[in-house]
Amino acid sequence: MSGTPLLEARGIVRRFGHVQALGGADFSVYPGEICALIGDNGAGKSTLVRILSGADRPDAGEILLEGKPVDLASPGTAQQMGIATVYQDLALAPDLSPADNLYLGRELLRPGFLGSLGFVDRRRMRRNATEQFSRLGVKLRSPRVAVATLSGGQRQSVAITRAAMWADKLIFMDEPTAALGVIQTERVLNLIKQVRDQGIAVVLISHNMPQVLEVADRVEVLRLGQRVAQLPTLGSSVEQLVAAMTSGTLAKEPAS
Amino acid sequence: MSMTTSDPDTDHSDRHTLGEILGRALGGGWIFILLIVLIAIFAAMRPTQFASSYNLSTLAINAAILLVLAIGQTFVIITAGIDLAVGSVLVFSSVAAASTMLALSGSAGSSYGTTDASWGVIAIGTLVGVGTGAAWGLLNGLLVAFARIPALIVTLGTFGMSLGFAQIVTGGQDVRAVPERLVDVIGSGSVAGVPSLVLIAVAVAIVAGIALHLTRFGMRTFAIGSNAEGARRAGIAVRKQTLKVYMLAGALSGLAGIMSIARFATTTIGGHAGDNLATISAVVLGGTSLFGGVGTIVGTVIGVFIPVVLLNGFVILGIPPFWQTVTMGAVLILAVWIDQLKRRARERG
Repeated sequence: MSGTPLLEARGIVRRFGHVQALGGADFSVYPGEICALIGDNGAGKSTLVRILSGADRPDAGEILLEGKPVDLASPGTAQQMGIATVYQDLALAPDLSPADNLYLGRELLRPGFLGSLGFVDRRRMRRNATEQFSRLGVKLRSPRVAVATLSGGQRQSVAITRAAMWADKLIFMDEPTAALGVIQTERVLNLIKQVRDQGIAVVLISHNMPQVLEVADRVEVLRLGQRVAQLPTLGSSVEQLVAAMTSGTLAKEPAS
Repeated sequence: MSMTTSDPDTDHSDRHTLGEILGRALGGGWIFILLIVLIAIFAAMRPTQFASSYNLSTLAINAAILLVLAIGQTFVIITAGIDLAVGSVLVFSSVAAASTMLALSGSAGSSYGTTDASWGVIAIGTLVGVGTGAAWGLLNGLLVAFARIPALIVTLGTFGMSLGFAQIVTGGQDVRAVPERLVDVIGSGSVAGVPSLVLIAVAVAIVAGIALHLTRFGMRTFAIGSNAEGARRAGIAVRKQTLKVYMLAGALSGLAGIMSIARFATTTIGGHAGDNLATISAVVLGGTSLFGGVGTIVGTVIGVFIPVVLLNGFVILGIPPFWQTVTMGAVLILAVWIDQLKRRARERG
């Protein structure tokens, strides 16, 4: 992989008391790619993603966005820089419609006087939402029903669509298919590729190695709080990934 | 596993179905039908008494004050909160407003009858009532949103505190000298045949309905009730929104306090202990979910009328009015049960 990484982490250290979750971890994701972040339980994936999405702060280390050092003080800061996170536990409001959920916290107001009174422009939000869903190939029963009535896969699709709507650079996804059935998983994976094809980079945390090989362009492997491998998925096998996860060492710097 | 059934590709047109419109407009649609049926039964059995314009306007006046309280309660319950203090905040605000108006009218010596306080004094009294109500709401909101004490406990506490302060200020005696203009024009007056109190309640309901269903304030009220953590992550200032909602409920309790003075020509310190439960049942009957995130103002209007119509109808039919209490209890349980069944069905589907 050549060029400047979209987001790069160098030597990230994070301790919780005596436990060192990250011991100088490096990470990079390039524009327009799906990068899988894999590692065994406790390897530090979630901690790293929390730090890179502004939800947590590192004790040491450097984060660069498009080559320039940045301070991701909060999820809000990250969002302003075009970085969003799709949470495992779905941060959707189940009683609201998919359209209202896409605009949660960013409601469109009507133009003119009514807008200054706080009147929302439901029609425009619904139209834009429908457009956004169809652009990403998400099919919903109706854009008006409560999100809670949708299937798990559709809910996840709404969450990803929302992230893609507001992040123009990078989306972190933590196990987006963990609770889904086969067909729904397939749809969500297609959606992730659609997001990538819109020019938004995706960092995918997954334990499902065949899935990683199917959907990701590149893999970064964490082990014991450090990056131990960077592999292209093309030509890699599940065995190689598992080997890197379980016995990879920092010494083997990859040729990039 | 047959995923195709739970994940249909069918894309309906962008139109509301009739059922969707009815369902949304009526909140708990069946409760509207229940109200119609009740009115029809009473009207059929005692057409001259029940359906008389005098009786219907009495019904509406009886509902007006409770409706204003219940509208504030609707906003609070949609945020998945609860406000047990509405009735005693009403009492506190009416005492504060009545005492202010009495002092300003210059006849502070008399503690009975009416005063000839000007509209200016009445306006100041109204501001005092709404303001003190909002202040109690602010306290509720701060304790719920910032101190993170459960709303049930906070408002149970302020329920006692506001009533207690009202009794301390007045020595437990109602303030009986209130402005005559307020009683005549607002309390028993009417505009084009519609009682003033009813007009006020209707105006509050319309404005509240617009605010809840058409504005960002309303959308965020639903959002924080549906998923507070999700709303926070989406950048909504959840605590500020919660605070505003409790303040709104408090301010409406204050307004209801002024309406109560106008109607009864006195404060009614002992008369509002049951208002909190009455408003909660009205709100829940109207299809607002105690779990938050779901609710309508139209539903609350219907929910307020059910107990009022029941009591009125029972009195006219000669059924002991105690049966109203029994019936209301049963209807309330039924309403919550139906809400839970709907939720479970939804989560399975």
